[in-house]
Amino acid sequence: MKLTSKLWIGIGILAVLSPLGLLLPEHFKAGSAWGEWGADEMRELVGYIPKGLARLAELWKAPLPDYAFKGWEEKGLPALSFAYIISAVAGIAVVVLLVLVIGKALSKRGD
Amino acid sequence: MHIPDGYLGPGTCGFFYAVMLPVWTIASRIVRRTLRARQVPMLAIAAAFSFVIMMFNVPIPGGSTGHAVGAVLAAILLGPWAACIAVTVALVIQALLFGDGGITAIGANCFNMAFVMPFAGYYIYRTISYNAPVNSKRRVIASGVAAYLALNIAALFTGIEFGLQPLLHHTSVSQALYSPYGLNVAVPAMLGEHLLLFGWVEALVTALVIKYLQKHSPELLEERQVNNEAYL
Repeated sequence: MKLTSKLWIGIGILAVLSPLGLLLPEHFKAGSAWGEWGADEMRELVGYIPKGLARLAELWKAPLPDYAFKGWEEKGLPALSFAYIISAVAGIAVVVLLVLVIGKALSKRGD
Repeated sequence: MHIPDGYLGPGTCGFFYAVMLPVWTIASRIVRRTLRARQVPMLAIAAAFSFVIMMFNVPIPGGSTGHAVGAVLAAILLGPWAACIAVTVALVIQALLFGDGGITAIGANCFNMAFVMPFAGYYIYRTISYNAPVNSKRRVIASGVAAYLALNIAALFTGIEFGLQPLLHHTSVSQALYSPYGLNVAVPAMLGEHLLLFGWVEALVTALVIKYLQKHSPELLEERQVNNEAYL
């Protein structure tokens, strides 16, 4: 098998295993990454929500916020893990497509 | 390490977009000159790897989470400029589709993870692996050390960017307007957790892939294969 095929399989395996990145922090009660707190956590940490932060925090509505489907926040870990895998596959597909387009535009032909 | 919207003031956001615009321009110029058509699949794999490895949040029990970035691996295999483009694509998609990292902070996040990190990692790797044979153990160790240090250098920059916000922006009653913690808190927090845990994850992942490639496709590690033109 070609090396690139093997590496693509590796990427696929990582996508399937990606919910570990959701389940392990949950299991160990790790909370948010430093500096990536939501408004409620921020109020708990510093006692108020900085005004500029409150204004900008909701600036962008991502279609798959936090690698999950909208409204699935309360659905439990199996559902969230499923959404995480779908997000990984969708994200990888878009990233690869974009890089192929950029790469085709930039790379030297016939080499 | 993905700075969300609202944590950096407008000046900081604008500054890093202004820094990254010429970096992206130079990167595309250099990649246009050096990237071979048959390397394009590897560029896509590197970007996909970076995207998905960042989803593997590693917990510090009861504390916080962090992740590897994959930028040093991309830089070792394709050169730092190509790595810059690959990681930029991953970060932009994470911000736009998944709200991971703010859209106002894309400049800053790309500066940390798609510019500082691949360049730091690339030159550390090149220095440690200088004159080492392609199949040598020193190359594997060099890749791990470079990955560990580069992620921490990126974390240091992120901590400084967070920590400058209360100095730059605050209300008259000295409430912060954006990220509330000063340098004395933000830098030790960001650097500490990456030195303690996430840097080791980056090192392990990078070294394992390099070891695998040494065995299965050693020609990828030959330096004439890498787009290593650092000049403009």
